[in-house]
Order: sequence, then C-alpha cells, then structure tokens
Amino acid sequence: MLSRTADNLYWLARYVERAEYLARILEASMRLTALPLAYVGSTNEWETAVATAGCRKSFFARYNEASEENVTEYLAFSIENPSSIRNCIEIARQNARAVRTALTIETWETINGAWIELRRFGNGPSSREEFLRFLHWVQETSLRFDGSAYRTMLRNDAYWFSRLGLYIERADNTARILDVKYHMLLPAGEPVGGPLDYYQWAAILRTVSALTAYHWVYRENLKPWLIADLLILNEQMPRSLASCYANLVRFCDLIAAAYGRQGHAQRKARAIRTRLQNSRMDEIFQAGLHEFITEFIADNNALGAAVNSQYLM
Amino acid sequence: MAFAFDEMKGTNGHVRPAYAGLDQWLHDLPPDVLDRRRREAELLFRRIGITFAVYGEAESTERLIPFDVLPRILALAEWNTLRAGLEQRVKAINLYIKDIYGRREVLRAGIVPEDLVFQNPVFRPEMNGMSVPHDVYVHIAGIDIVRVDADTFYVLEDNVRTPSGVSYMLENREIMMRLFPELFARHRVAPVENYPDELLATLKSVAPPSASSDPTVVLLTPGIYNSAYYEHSFLADKLGVELVEGRDVVVRGQHAYMRTTEGLKRIDVIYRRVDDDFLDPLAFRPDSALGIPGLMTVYQAGNLTLANAVGTGIADDKAVYSYMPEIVKFYLAQEPILKNVPTWRCREAEHLAYVLDNLEQLVVKEVHGSGGYGMMVGPKSDRATIEAFRAKLKSRPENFIAQPTLALSTCPTFVEEGIAPRHVDLRPFVLTGRDRTRIVPGGLTRVALKNGSLVVNSSQGGGTKDTWVLDA
Repeated sequence: MLSRTADNLYWLARYVERAEYLARILEASMRLTALPLAYVGSTNEWETAVATAGCRKSFFARYNEASEENVTEYLAFSIENPSSIRNCIEIARQNARAVRTALTIETWETINGAWIELRRFGNGPSSREEFLRFLHWVQETSLRFDGSAYRTMLRNDAYWFSRLGLYIERADNTARILDVKYHMLLPAGEPVGGPLDYYQWAAILRTVSALTAYHWVYRENLKPWLIADLLILNEQMPRSLASCYANLVRFCDLIAAAYGRQGHAQRKARAIRTRLQNSRMDEIFQAGLHEFITEFIADNNALGAAVNSQYLM
Repeated sequence: MAFAFDEMKGTNGHVRPAYAGLDQWLHDLPPDVLDRRRREAELLFRRIGITFAVYGEAESTERLIPFDVLPRILALAEWNTLRAGLEQRVKAINLYIKDIYGRREVLRAGIVPEDLVFQNPVFRPEMNGMSVPHDVYVHIAGIDIVRVDADTFYVLEDNVRTPSGVSYMLENREIMMRLFPELFARHRVAPVENYPDELLATLKSVAPPSASSDPTVVLLTPGIYNSAYYEHSFLADKLGVELVEGRDVVVRGQHAYMRTTEGLKRIDVIYRRVDDDFLDPLAFRPDSALGIPGLMTVYQAGNLTLANAVGTGIADDKAVYSYMPEIVKFYLAQEPILKNVPTWRCREAEHLAYVLDNLEQLVVKEVHGSGGYGMMVGPKSDRATIEAFRAKLKSRPENFIAQPTLALSTCPTFVEEGIAPRHVDLRPFVLTGRDRTRIVPGGLTRVALKNGSLVVNSSQGGGTKDTWVLDA
C-alpha cells in the first residue's frame, strides 16, 4: 500500500484515540471538582488535567490561570490547541478523507458523522450538562470507530497500521496519566495522603476506564501499588502498557510476515515488550516509578519513529 | 428566446412515450413523498460525503451538489444516435491530436488556422514528434450535449483534458435505486454500474509496451483540497487502484514509481486528474507542488501512459470547437452525426461585426473559460454587462466566440414550487482504449435549478439528475 495511505490510517487512529483520552481526562476532572475539598485535597484538578493532557506549556503561554472555563475551552474546543478534542476530530477526519478508499463505509461514516456532529456543539457548551453529553459523545465516537474498524475492515496492512497508531497512542496516554499522578502511587508502606487520595486513585482508574476492572482483578480496595500494577504490567487490562505492547508486537509481526521482511520497528516493539514482561512492580518502585515511566515514554516515541521511517515515508 | 422543448411533454403537452411510466407513477404518488425522498437523498449524499468544493468560498468549502429526484429519460433510439455520434467525434479528436503533434496535415490542408494551434497556451511543444502508447490521446472524454427539439442534439463542448462528473452519474443511480424501488420496478433501465470496470479495462489496454501483462494503474489527484477530490477517491476505490498524490510518486531513471510500505513500486498507467500545467515542475510550471519532477522524461521515454495524454487541450478549446465538423470530415470522410451549435468566431472580422451588432441575443464565451465562468448570456444580461463585454470583444476578439441563445430542452424537475420544467444538458463519458470505444448508456444530466436559467454548472447553482436510457 502507499506509504502515505498507511501514514493517514496510522494518524487517523491516533487522533481518535487521543480525543477519547482527552474526554476521559475532562470527565474525571469534573467529578473530582464536584467533591468537597476535604475529600480530594486542595490540588487544582484543572491544572492536573492540563498536565495529564501533556500541554501545560502551551496552555500557560495563553492563560494565566487553570480555571474550569479555560481548561475545558483549551482541551476540548480550542482551535489554537493542535490537540484539542475539536482538532483531533478535525485532523482525524482529514486523514480519513485522504484515505477514503482504504476505509470501509462504516468507519468512514463514523468519522465523517462525528465531524458533522461536532459543528452542533459550536464553540463550547452552554452548560455543564451539555458539556458532559459532549464528552460522552466523544467517547462513543471512539468506540464506534474502533468497533466499526474491528468489525468491517479487512485484516490486512491497512488494518494493522491503524492498530499500530491506536496502541502507540494509547500506551503514551496511559504512561502520561501515570507520570502526572505517580507521586500518589508510591509503594506500600510509604506515607501518602491517606483517605484523601482514594478519590484521586479512582479518578485515574476512571480515566482509563478500569475502575470496575480493578475490582475484578484484585478483589481489594483501591491500593496505589495495585493500580500501578494494573496499568503497567497487567496484560489483561486493555489500556495497560503491557497489553498495548502485546498488541504492538502482534501487529508489527503481522506486517513483517505479510511483507516477508522485518526491521527496526519489530525489534523495538519486541524489546519494549520483553522489558515489561521481565519487570516486577516492587523493582520498578525501587528504581523509581517516575524514571521508569519517563523511559517508557521515550521508548514508545522511538517505536513511533521506527514505524515512521520503516513504513510511512 | 424560442419556446423550449420539454423532454417529457414535447411542445404540445402530450407525454412522450419514454416518459409514460414516470408520468403514471407521479400520478399514483401520494403527496409529499417526493419531498421526503428529496430530504433522504440529501442526507445520504451528506453521509457518504459526496461533496464538491467551491473555489473562492472560505466559509463552506464543502458543499453538496443539489440532486433532483426525477430522472431524465432517453429512449433507446435517441441514445443509439447519440452513441454513434459520440464515438465518431472522439475518434476524430484522437486523430486530430495525433496529427497536430505529428504530420500536421490538418494545418497544411488549411482546415484549422495555424495560429489557433501554435499561439494557444494549451499547445504543448513537448509533445511534438512524440508518439503515445497505442496512439490514444483522449482515453476519457466528457462531451457536453444539449438538445433543442425532438430530433436535434448539439455538442456544446468537448471536454478532453480531465473531465469530471462521472461519480455523480454512478452515485445518482445508486441513490435513486435506494429511494425509488417502485419506480424502477416499472421500467427497464440500462445499467451504468459497469463504468469502473470499463474504465479499468480501457486504462489497462493502453499500458506501454514495456509494462508487464498486468500493468499497474494509479489515479493521480491534486489532493483533498481539489473540488473533485471526492470523485477521485470514489473512482480509485471502484477501480481498485491506488489514489496517489504527486509526493507519492518518484522518478528513478526512466521509470516512475510510487512509495509504498514495501518500498518503491513501478507505475505503468496514470489516470491523472491533474492539469498539464501542474504535472511536472521540471517541464511545466516550476511552482507546482502537485506534480512529479521528471515525469515527462518517463513519458517521453515511452515507459508510461498518461490518461489523458499531455496537450489534449488543443482539441477542446472553444475556438477549435467551431472547426470540429470540418475536423470530423477531414479525418473520417464522414458527415458528423452530432451537430455543433452554430458558432461565430470573433477572430474573424465579419463574424465579429455580426456579434457586436447582436450582443443582446447571443451567448458570448471566453475561449479558455470553463465552469460557466467568463461567459455572458445576452438576453439575461443588463446593459452594463453587455457593454463591458463589448469592450472586451473589441480589444481581444480572438479570445471569444459567440453562439445563439439556444432554447435548451427542459425536464420535469422537483423544485420549491412543485414539479416544473428546468433546462438540462447531458455529459456522456466516452472511453477509448487500444481495442475499442466504450460508452455506458446515459451520462450525467445537469439541470439549471433556477427558473429560466440556462447555466447548469454546479459552481453556479446547477444540480444533477439520474439519466436513464430505457430499453424500448
């Protein structure tokens, strides 16, 4: 297939995934700010949201204060923010339009429909109710996109490249939320904020839609080291780093097998996965959670670059 | 202006045979069904993303082309005449272009004035003395036809560069069949859905001799901002070929390749929807970012087929148009089956004098204009516009032709005030391969939705209709 087509499919999936992640961050923040300060501490949830979205710098270049209004505007609707939900959908649709021929009717209609629908929300919500509806709509769009791709696309390189985009983006997102909240996920025995943190932990899980999963897997109350384990090493958990890499290795290998040739991308994906498989949570904590995640984000970016130079240029 | 011939009711109000079924169906139809269907159609078009871009409109860069739910119907006998005429005309056009870039017998015989060719900006000296694979220059032609009475069809314009609109022909039919199964059940309509197969067969048949037995065909688009991008992606999909942009293609040595996820892959045939000017920045406009540097060298080496060939514009220029009947006679020694609209060439003094005296009755067209731009419809223009054109005519007469204001035929059309006659034209698509000519029955009918308007271009408020050729 054309390199440009693969590139469009890859970024289409990345941007849809990113839009969903942003919607989840915003929804989790709304819930936290609705709790009394005594439950969540006096942190500014909106500032955390900006950090989790990875755009603290560009945000504060424009605004002095991380207020609810500023943050929702910037993360959801701003045209200036290249990664606002609006722009994610806009760019996703541009990519989709450029590769109409590589998409099924169902996936195209999902993304084109979302783009048309986006205009209905105009430049911002008139109320919190409407905003929440908007956030749910974004998540539904992502589900529909994913589902329609899963159910209708041929299992060939077009599908595999879109999956690569999805999982690289997802791994990046999960790593980012861990990075921002790592100080709350310190190992057992360390003194942490006590009951205050409970809601913060719940918010993390909610952001990666794993609150229920957590209880099924661990059958315990929320414990920070278990949360970290779930999001990093547990392959059962679809948004964990381990699960993302199980998928990335699989799709890289499928492409290599189809093309009869493998390269840097395959080796890189396998190396990262092996590292995750050989890690234990207590060792990660000992060496430093923050350091571990920082390194992971760099590794994940390197895989993106390898995929790019091997296939997309 | 003369009273227009209505394709459903003729000039005497009696329903013509081809329209009897439609007439009966309309009669049986509960009120407001048409309106509901029209809305459904619009929704479908929007959802599928069948849009076009209007240049110069920053606001809504993607618009729907209005679709009329009432079909335009041609009887098989009418179509057969058209078909024969189209085939003949495109055959002559191909011979003419080969001649212009070859022996130039048509010029030596004095049929077409030399300056019309050599002074013409669309003449491509790069093509001189070069042969193209299998001598086919125009693989895809869109010939615009208008009708003035029961028996008379005129060619209004030959489009032999990168004619567009065929996706509407195909999608209109799909949507009609979805919306009106009952209406189709009452008719036997010749299918158009085989067009992509015919096109692919045509393109493969003209691959250069150096290509493998299964040549690689691609469709070259200027990109997503082009007004016809939807059509490009639609056709690439139906053809099952890659939709490439200039940046996807590289020239290495004497061959063109596309960049794929598995490395470079050789290209044999390019169905290009990029104008000559932008094809190769090394040969033509150096500022073109849409093109492929070095493409012309590959073309000249005979390792590539461009469909259509470079330089075909010398055959569809409006000034050359007026010579088409003589061109047909010259190459085929036959009487043209399809007539030309009587045309005054303003470059000739007597013609110019007549035109200037009769501006109010005439349609004046810029020789190089297209899309309904740069033209003046005398009877519909105010004093100031006419005077402005008079001045232009006097200063650059060779830039213009003039034609009588034709009473274009009308078809019943569903508009605001109900079903009313509106003027239509027809663009059938003629495919020329190494082996034979292929024409799917029908074409794209464009309709001027405004009452009395004669301008059918989508950029100027025109719409489209499904076009039926009825099997007897």
